[in-house]
Amino acid sequence: MSTATSVPVSGATNTTKKDLGYKTFSIGKFNFERDEYFAHIHYPGNQHIIPIDNFLRSLMRDVGWGFFYGTVNFDNVFGTVNHYGTVEMFVGLFNDAYRKTNRHYVETFQSADLRKVFEAMLDDWTNEGFDPYAAPGETGQPFGPKHGSNTKALKRIRQVAKRMVGLPGDLPYRTDADYPVNRQFTDVPQDKPEIHAEPGFEGQVHAFNAFGYIVRSDVTWNPSVVSCVHDSQFCATTEEHALPITHGNDRVEWFIQVCDEIVWDVDDGATGRPRAKVTMKPGDVAAMPADIRHKGYSPKRSILVVWENNDDRLPKMYANHELKPYPVEF
Amino acid sequence: MSQTVFGSLNNYEKGGVQVIDDDPKHYAFSNVFEVASKSKPYEKVAVGQNLKYVIEAIRAEGDSPWFAADHDEAALVMDGEIEVHLIQPDKPLVAAGKEGSVKLDAEPKGKKMGWVKAWRGHMALLPKGSAYQFRSAKPGVLLLQTIKGDLTVEKWADICQTKA
Repeated sequence: MSTATSVPVSGATNTTKKDLGYKTFSIGKFNFERDEYFAHIHYPGNQHIIPIDNFLRSLMRDVGWGFFYGTVNFDNVFGTVNHYGTVEMFVGLFNDAYRKTNRHYVETFQSADLRKVFEAMLDDWTNEGFDPYAAPGETGQPFGPKHGSNTKALKRIRQVAKRMVGLPGDLPYRTDADYPVNRQFTDVPQDKPEIHAEPGFEGQVHAFNAFGYIVRSDVTWNPSVVSCVHDSQFCATTEEHALPITHGNDRVEWFIQVCDEIVWDVDDGATGRPRAKVTMKPGDVAAMPADIRHKGYSPKRSILVVWENNDDRLPKMYANHELKPYPVEF
Repeated sequence: MSQTVFGSLNNYEKGGVQVIDDDPKHYAFSNVFEVASKSKPYEKVAVGQNLKYVIEAIRAEGDSPWFAADHDEAALVMDGEIEVHLIQPDKPLVAAGKEGSVKLDAEPKGKKMGWVKAWRGHMALLPKGSAYQFRSAKPGVLLLQTIKGDLTVEKWADICQTKA
């Protein structure tokens, strides 16, 4: 195993692979290049390759989520682990074969440093007409020599309600002007609850059409918080096609399937060894234990509520085995 | 375009855990409509627990008791048409720091704040310190985002998949 914690951030250079117009990027001892179809990751003594469509979709989630909760596996070899202030970038860290042959490689970076490189790489490598947040059926292709850009699509801000969407001073409602109803949800009602507030209690007597709000999401596999009870967050998202990454948990999270269906492949978080397949239909609720990784498949765009506990003490407590990896015993 | 499929008390189909090398109980897999179909009115059955936080599946049918909590709660209507009536009590009804909702003996004295009529997909705020009552002429289903309390019913072995 090789590890490094020094952080020489050299950023981007104009050296291009086969003169396709793309910049190369480096941080620490990692070097990233892209060609027409692939991302090439070079690290001391070896290299890795990932199809560019999946690489950009994974990179988008990693950037958009701020490295998310736990591990973002771009594939079964390369990814990042969020330590909330620092980030480990790894090759083979959670791959049984790499670990057994001691061929894994890890470097630790300040989150802000790695984010800066990732954002620049995402911006340079994303061509006009390709939106890495969109489902494959509703966007263009990322392949070929560099042509244009799509910076606006990459700058979406993760939306987080403080108490509940629509309350005064909280996240506003989505409207036709900024968030039209997604093409696969035109049959979901946009009606509004009746609110009969007595004088003086306007803004305190509150309700909104949560499903109507969620189906206006213009991204896939990217939760936004719609309601909070302290650290309990309802993170609603619309899912279509496949989750680009395999998410490795650092805490227990829960899924509430609101409509349609998602199938989850659940593997061991440390080794990638398959543990279960979970099929979720409307009204199903399931926990994702703290020691697994999961990848979802949604044949039709569906609504999923990811229920998170945002307590920042949890990753360490699960890692130290102070807490069991599953949520309840019975 | 494919039709969007929701579930309801009268029409739901449950998925499940296909075990490869694990214990299905680790996933605490249940279905809110199935749970509510077997619950008493306004029984607060935990279908999710994340340390002190819970999600409760509630069968809404008739008028509920009055409840209060010392923290916000959020009620998501999964089926039916449900009213939420709110009162600002003259004096605090729940001890400061108490977690979970508390059942009141009767409608509390205080100012009427108003009420909400909500149906499938609508989410209502149950503000910290207020008293609230659900009213539902026909059976419906609520999901309550809250904190585990004295009224939370845990019957995981009855509601969750236990066998591969």
